[in-house]
Amino acid sequence: MTTAATTHTHRDDVGSRMGMWLFLFTELILFGGLFIIYAVYRFKFPEQFSLAARELDTLIGTVNTIILLTSSLTVALSITAIQQGKKHLSMMLIGMTIIFALAFLVNKYFEWSHKISIGIYPQSPELLNKPPGEILYFGLYYVMTGLHALHVIIGMVVLLFSMVFIASGKINQQSYVKLEAGGLYWHLVDIIWIFLFPLFYLIS
Amino acid sequence: MSQHEEQHTQHSIGYGRYILIWLGLLAFTGITVTLAGIDLGRWVIITSLVIASIKSILVLNVFMHLKFEDKMFKIFVLVAVATLVIFISLTFFDYAFY
Amino acid sequence: MTSNVPAIEPDYLHAQTNRKGIGAWIFSTDHKRIGILYMVSMLVFFMTAVVLGVLMRLEMLTPGKTIMQPQTYNTFFTLHGIMMIFLFIIPGLPAVFGNFLLPLMIGAKDVFFPRLNLLSWWLFITGGLLALVSLFLPGGPADTGWTFYVPYSIRTTTNVIPALFAAFILGFSSILTGLNFITTIHRMRAPGMTWFKMPLFTWALYSTAWIQILATPVIGITLLLVVVERLFGVGIFDPNLGGDPVLYQHLFWIYSHPAVYIMILPGLGVVSEILPVFARRTIFGYKVIAYSSLAIAFIGSLVWAHHMFTVGMSNTGMFIFSLLTFLVSIPSAIKVFNWIATLYKGSIKIEVPFLFVLSFIFQFSIGGLTGLMLGVLAVNIHVQDTYFVVGHFHYVMFGGTGFGLMAAMHFWFPKMFGKMFKKTPAIIGWLLMTIGFNTLYFPMFILGYLGMPRRYYDYLPQYQSYHIVSTVGSWILFIGILVIFINLLISLKKGMKASANPWGGKTLEWTVASPPPVENFHEIPVVEKGPYDYSEYEIKPELIK
Repeated sequence: MTTAATTHTHRDDVGSRMGMWLFLFTELILFGGLFIIYAVYRFKFPEQFSLAARELDTLIGTVNTIILLTSSLTVALSITAIQQGKKHLSMMLIGMTIIFALAFLVNKYFEWSHKISIGIYPQSPELLNKPPGEILYFGLYYVMTGLHALHVIIGMVVLLFSMVFIASGKINQQSYVKLEAGGLYWHLVDIIWIFLFPLFYLIS
Repeated sequence: MSQHEEQHTQHSIGYGRYILIWLGLLAFTGITVTLAGIDLGRWVIITSLVIASIKSILVLNVFMHLKFEDKMFKIFVLVAVATLVIFISLTFFDYAFY
Repeated sequence: MTSNVPAIEPDYLHAQTNRKGIGAWIFSTDHKRIGILYMVSMLVFFMTAVVLGVLMRLEMLTPGKTIMQPQTYNTFFTLHGIMMIFLFIIPGLPAVFGNFLLPLMIGAKDVFFPRLNLLSWWLFITGGLLALVSLFLPGGPADTGWTFYVPYSIRTTTNVIPALFAAFILGFSSILTGLNFITTIHRMRAPGMTWFKMPLFTWALYSTAWIQILATPVIGITLLLVVVERLFGVGIFDPNLGGDPVLYQHLFWIYSHPAVYIMILPGLGVVSEILPVFARRTIFGYKVIAYSSLAIAFIGSLVWAHHMFTVGMSNTGMFIFSLLTFLVSIPSAIKVFNWIATLYKGSIKIEVPFLFVLSFIFQFSIGGLTGLMLGVLAVNIHVQDTYFVVGHFHYVMFGGTGFGLMAAMHFWFPKMFGKMFKKTPAIIGWLLMTIGFNTLYFPMFILGYLGMPRRYYDYLPQYQSYHIVSTVGSWILFIGILVIFINLLISLKKGMKASANPWGGKTLEWTVASPPPVENFHEIPVVEKGPYDYSEYEIKPELIK
């Protein structure tokens, strides 16, 4: 009886990760709804989409892609570090990830404010004068990159908590599934961007 | 319990391998940006989506450790991606046949 | 941990916790208490929506104004829909009985993420309260119908945004429950409980959970987009900005059609659970029923556009979606045939849950077959947006899931509360409900066929006789529901003590005490037999000779 009880209450990291993966699927489908809308409207207005995409700065997009890919690397490395018991290295790597995330958001901020300064924002007279395809393109641009940025912010908070947990010893060499879950979330944010980047920046 | 931890250390991936994958991801980013610069017409969207998929597979398999997970996890991911693909393609039975 | 099992130990209803009073419930992570929490809150919403429905039927008694203004009528059917769908049927069976039974049925002590489970309930309550608050905010309750179709939902001045947020939060709650259940079923089955030794209700929950995870986010983002359009005027669906309102409908039904399978699948699971117990016979075609749950979940996700045959879709689209709609009836019919085959040569014992199951099968068959009629393109064009659709929908959702829920309430009532209910009033309630239900909804098929449009406040005098029959049915049904609930409430106080296994069930939840102890199982059981092993009741061929 004792054995049965303990085997049952033991920690099950595979199960915890399974839960996290299932949650990631819901995030994937959440963006998936937007991808469906994107696909339909791009199919309807291919020329206007590529015309509108010229307003976007490919350089900023590329820089942000590199930033996010690198942040994905650092968060992956932090897991290896904690597995090897290198607490401070792990925390430093997560700190770097958060800084990269901030850099991404700063870039995004400048990108959005530039758009707004040249009069491209929802309901602006400038935008309303454009053909429907371009209005929809920018509508989707703001919604999709906005929702993505929101996920970057949530990811930062999650990683910040992971850092605190490492410092307090709640995440340690033996038990780090919380960090793994945070990392998984961060990689998903990265994957979404891997698709957003070509769909918005590279179709002109 | 101890058996459990051993199972974990097996999943551990060296720093070098991650950095290699990261370099690969940067390379693919370079390729996709360069290809977009060339006028490929309607092929742009296809090439960039293919490259984005390759990049995602790299992230999924190595960064997210999918390669080292249970087989069930891989089936799950396939189901989720297939669902999205089905949603998009069935929607196009309406839009693509006017 | 000692191996001495205490003779009397507190059950989950009376166990002492470090919190007192209601806090011991609303902050409890015990899956059984969470199940009861869902039950209480869900029934409150249910009764509210029932009253709204009865008032709507009363309004339809005569053409023109009977008791309310047109705008009131519009908000009533919107609220009736939102509450019944998002606050009653979707969380009904999975959240109440899924939470209570899943760990018991698979031999686990709780779900995999108990705290997440509590969070789901809190989200459910938050969403429900938000929906209620939206009624009383300035602007008035939403009048869009539960479908929130654009562009009207972008333009109406009523409180659409709180209603949309409420639906979004409720969706999130539903997702978390699904995630929890899948992980629980994968990781926490008792030793020996292979996939094909799981009870069929568990299979239904598993299939449901996948739809919850993979379809709900689509409605989440779609509703958020309507909010964004209303708040910031971003061009997504608004035709003035080049958007396509039909695309909204696609996205809405990508979730909302699979959602009707979230509603019905657990009901089908309940029937598969109850039938073998009262037929005293191993269920016929266990594996086929298990697989058909998965098949319904899968094919059910491919048929959404059959709600849109009149919006001007492409002909190819209409053809494909009509074809797929026919396919989804196959796994549903497989289940019905298997149930009937289970009854054949069984030694049937008539009990209240069994009676509800019989009504279920009868009404679900009518609902399913009229669904096929709606899947036929030519017929659909004729009856789209008429009472025919309303009749079909209620036959499946109420005649099916609703009656399934009643069956489940009576079947597991002794397990949940340790008390037996009074049989005679329950049978009277069942009879009233079945008669009332069919009187209420069957005329709707005829009305719809004759051309009575749904959601209309007014109608031509020639339809009145059917409306009168239908309204009288609603009164009978209402009385039936009251009899059922009052009987259960009285039994809660005065019922006789229930034994651990009053019906002779073979699944694991019947091996523990009624009500179950906090920890469910002292010793995690080792499963050797399938879930419905009634071989001792089988007539041996050598005995017949």
